[in-house]
Amino acid sequence: SPQVVWSMLGNRQFCSYKMTTKTQNFCRNEYNLTGLCNRSSCPLANSQYATVREEKGRCYLYMKTIERAAFPRRLWERVLLSKNYEKALEEIDENLIYWPRFIRHKCKQRFTKITQYLIRIRKLTLKRQRKLVPLRRKIERRENRREEKALIAAQLDNAIEKELLERLKQDTYGDIYNFPIHAFDKALQQQEAESESESEAEREEEEEDDEDAGEREFVEAEDSELSDFEDMDKLETSSEEEQEEEEEVEKEASHSKSKGKTPLKGPARRKRPYLEIEYEQETEPSTKTKAA
Amino acid sequence: AGEGSGPVPADGTGPPAPERVLFPPTFSVSEIKNKQRRHFMFLRWKQQQRKEKLALKKRRRKEREALGDKAPPKAVPKTIENQRVYDETTVDPNDEEVAFDEATDEFAPYFNRQTVPKILITTSDRPRGRTVRFCEQLATVIPNSHVYYRRGLALKRIIPQCIARDFTDLIVINEDRKIPNGLVLSHLPDGPTAHFRMSSVRLRKEIKRKGKEPTEHVPEVILNNFTTRLGHSIGRMFAALFPHDPQFIGRQVATFHNQRDYIFFRFHRYIFKSEKKVGIQELGPRFTLKLRSLQKGTFDSKFGEYEWIHKRREMDTSRRKFHL
Repeated sequence: SPQVVWSMLGNRQFCSYKMTTKTQNFCRNEYNLTGLCNRSSCPLANSQYATVREEKGRCYLYMKTIERAAFPRRLWERVLLSKNYEKALEEIDENLIYWPRFIRHKCKQRFTKITQYLIRIRKLTLKRQRKLVPLRRKIERRENRREEKALIAAQLDNAIEKELLERLKQDTYGDIYNFPIHAFDKALQQQEAESESESEAEREEEEEDDEDAGEREFVEAEDSELSDFEDMDKLETSSEEEQEEEEEVEKEASHSKSKGKTPLKGPARRKRPYLEIEYEQETEPSTKTKAA
Repeated sequence: AGEGSGPVPADGTGPPAPERVLFPPTFSVSEIKNKQRRHFMFLRWKQQQRKEKLALKKRRRKEREALGDKAPPKAVPKTIENQRVYDETTVDPNDEEVAFDEATDEFAPYFNRQTVPKILITTSDRPRGRTVRFCEQLATVIPNSHVYYRRGLALKRIIPQCIARDFTDLIVINEDRKIPNGLVLSHLPDGPTAHFRMSSVRLRKEIKRKGKEPTEHVPEVILNNFTTRLGHSIGRMFAALFPHDPQFIGRQVATFHNQRDYIFFRFHRYIFKSEKKVGIQELGPRFTLKLRSLQKGTFDSKFGEYEWIHKRREMDTSRRKFHL
């Protein structure tokens, strides 16, 4: 009889479906209505019992009665509930008419919960699923190692510097940077000097750009470059000065409105394009007097 | 105590002088059972090998100098790049077919200056702090880019909206366990989609000796080592992210350097100290990419037409074969 069963399973002896925790006892039996281990919710200890379970998205009402207690195979009677929520509730009521209130109520509650989670499942599957791709440890390690080696082989800083210098050589920057070409090509220099004196107007604009650019951070660093190239300067100043003086004469003649930038383009260009711009205004009268 | 001071009398084979140790031909260091003595003999053997090697080098150098002009050319050491398996899709700069393809592919409007790049940067769902910061820094690096949160939207639905608002590129940064690990770069009006694996992401504050923040100037772009057809198309994809005319005043350069199929991204500020010297200072985030797949249309993982997928079994068999 159920009382005996309960006195054994519930308190004294072992029940394999029972899970105890600090605060509560749970029942792992799949036909259990509430999930807790109680006298009224134990499917083994109640001869008249009902549950709602879902299979593949459809809900069924399972019922157990005393008459079939001797036939374990036919013990649980299964009724398919309709998909319509209200209708299904009515069906539960119909089937469990004259059953204890507790079981009816809990069945309906359980059915509600089940329908709610089924709805959520359907909604989530419509959204994007996150696909978990397992990482393969060996392959990850191999790729990391190869990446490090590729990084070392790449020598990025050198490559970037080389590329930038290439671009400078190929004149992609136009006339923003005016570095002299080195001593072993003096003929080329003279050629360039001639072409520069022809294209004065363009250079005026670019020197304005230079002034704007002169507000950059690296102004101090350029002091050092003089020391590197002092010898070069000494080598070339003689030839350059003559050309510069000639240029200045031409410029003064052509441009009445001298902004004080163009005249000392020669030496200024060679040494410190940005700092020397200030000097230009001071030394301009002196060169003018020289030329004159 | 006596072991390290000189040759051990117990082995009985080597003479006492450590200068030139003569080993009988059948002697092998590994036959000594005593570990300390074995170690000592091994060290001595190693020293001897090193001396011989130096002597050989010297001799070779002398021979080379003696021969003068007739000396055989110096042997070039083999590197992986030297030994790389020749890829038949390597682009020849004068190839007409390639030039024709490039004039008619999806990037032609960009290279003809008909479109201005406008980029949308987004992440996968629920990005973590690192990814968010990385997105922001990437947005400062790439001009004319906007960061939007994903909030669970499907890419396929975002894409038509982006096209309607004139975006040219879409970047999606995938995240796993709070670090960004994947990048999907999609050229929008029906352009190719490239999926990369992203690694070693360094944010600005993690870079040592970095400069100030990147300014608003349009940076220059350097694309290194994209040799094959595939590499070429990927290179064009990267180039299409940046506006066509760099502002040289800004002196910023973004580099995509391909080495052994790994694309390294760096962002520098440069200054020409002289004609032959340039200084670079790294600003900006850095990361490495490895191409996983290239798809012809916009992002569509199920029905897309894949131009190239990295198939590990087939493509990773040789250490000297690279695809980009």
